[in-house]
Amino acid sequence: MSEPTESLLAAIGGAPAPSADTVVEATDVHKYFGRLHVLKGLSMKVQRQETVVVIGASGSGKTTFIRCVNHLEKIQGGRIFVNGHLIGYRDANGRLVEDRERNIARQRQEIGMVFQRFNLFPHMTALENIIEAPTHVRGTPRKEAVATAFALLERVGLEAKADAYPGQLSGGQQQRVAIARALAMKPALMLFDEPTSALDPEMIGEVLDVMKELAHEGMTMIVVTHEMGFAREVADRVVMVDDGQIIEEGTPEHFFENPTHERTKAFLSKIL
Amino acid sequence: MTNRRQAKLGRRGITLAAVLLVVFLVAGCQATTYQYRWSYFFDSIFRPDGLIIQGVLLTLSISIVSQTIGVILGVFGALGKMAKSSPLRAIAGFYVWIFRGTPLLVQISFIFYGLGVTGIYTWPDFQPLGQFGKGAVQAGIVALGVNEGAYMSEIVRAGILSIEPGQMEAAKSLGMTFGQAMRRIILPQAARVIVPPLGNEFNNMLKTTSLLVVISVPELYVAFSYKNATAFAPFELFLAAAVWYLALTTAWGLIQRQIERRLGAGFGGSSGPSLRERLFGFRATKPDELPQVSGGR
Repeated sequence: MSEPTESLLAAIGGAPAPSADTVVEATDVHKYFGRLHVLKGLSMKVQRQETVVVIGASGSGKTTFIRCVNHLEKIQGGRIFVNGHLIGYRDANGRLVEDRERNIARQRQEIGMVFQRFNLFPHMTALENIIEAPTHVRGTPRKEAVATAFALLERVGLEAKADAYPGQLSGGQQQRVAIARALAMKPALMLFDEPTSALDPEMIGEVLDVMKELAHEGMTMIVVTHEMGFAREVADRVVMVDDGQIIEEGTPEHFFENPTHERTKAFLSKIL
Repeated sequence: MTNRRQAKLGRRGITLAAVLLVVFLVAGCQATTYQYRWSYFFDSIFRPDGLIIQGVLLTLSISIVSQTIGVILGVFGALGKMAKSSPLRAIAGFYVWIFRGTPLLVQISFIFYGLGVTGIYTWPDFQPLGQFGKGAVQAGIVALGVNEGAYMSEIVRAGILSIEPGQMEAAKSLGMTFGQAMRRIILPQAARVIVPPLGNEFNNMLKTTSLLVVISVPELYVAFSYKNATAFAPFELFLAAAVWYLALTTAWGLIQRQIERRLGAGFGGSSGPSLRERLFGFRATKPDELPQVSGGR
């Protein structure tokens, strides 16, 4: 390996080695909000080092799905495995029983999430945001966590902003700190929930650049986004979700050159 | 600019009111046949005897301990009221309902005399602390603390609810448990919303301790009424008592401003009402009136 700060993943000690080649395996996931059936038997597999871009109209269930992957949302049917572990539940003779809080928290440590609205902790500086979970959840020594945090901040181009509070940063800067915060936990999988939707147009690029770098370095990622340029350039696979189901999936070339499904064509014609 | 002019006008108004008050007092003093013994007033303030000093210290210590109990109970009360489990919600709801729904005076009497006479708990003195360890003092602290907890529950709950749900989600996504997220992420942010009304509560607490007269705790008010019983100078003595209370609440106002400054870290600008607002007309800040703190700009 080259210099420790040459790449984002080097900053956290190299690409995490998942225990299995299949990082995410979701089968027949059902989700209801009250009587509203949001996910209708959605299944998806994500291989190690793969970047999957999930597209679809708002209300299609794509955001709900990735929130289920780290159990921010409960599911009412199906199974989601990350690295071979059933997420959020214990299987009691075929019935899902919600797991103990401590176990769920431990599973989430392996899954980084980046939110649309950044959700940085406003009472902490950028540096404190990044070292918070490593020191208080993982028990990493503070010195080590700070070193990692600086390496990450340098990689996302914000080492000068280590002591700035989120309120003093632009949206793009906040989102880059949020990505660094998630990476500091050395996750095996990163989930991005429309990470550029709340940004001013001129700030989208800087966030996408960080995500592109991360994908090229071999992080396993599921990205919900409307950024078709990003999908075309970075995605190994694009997945179209409509009405709680995957209606089409394939390579970016397939999607942007000859999509087959009518709904996909309609959606892409509106967005491109 | 208009703000500064208003402040100037306000300052003049207060000065004017103070001058008028003194003029009326002096004029009133001259107009009646009452023999004023101002030495009682000035001695109580500038040369307080042991009784008054003990009264001040009791008022202060009872207030601080009771308010601390109140804040702790308030956090648990708030978490209880927002709990998923319905028995917890019921217990918290019952607690708040009882202690906000009955007069504090009744609660104090019930807790000290009611529990004492029946032998349920007789409030024995805690000798090492002397006057501060008297059974009545303990009962007073418990009554004030538990009562305060009920009010603090609502204040803490409003504070927690003012933090956007994304904060809890972000904390959880990093692998924190609910408890960790509360302690490290939610409550520190809620504190900023809670502190102004909490300061108001403590200001009240300093004065409400005087209700402990019903169980003969020799705090500040009782000290002055003892003195009045022998000297019979109610005008001079209770005016002096008022000055003492005012000194305590004013000092607290200054301390609170410092606390709010420090909690403002990361939120830019000065937070909370100014000192003058605090002293001469408290402006309660509702959580939903606070500026939004997160999200893009």
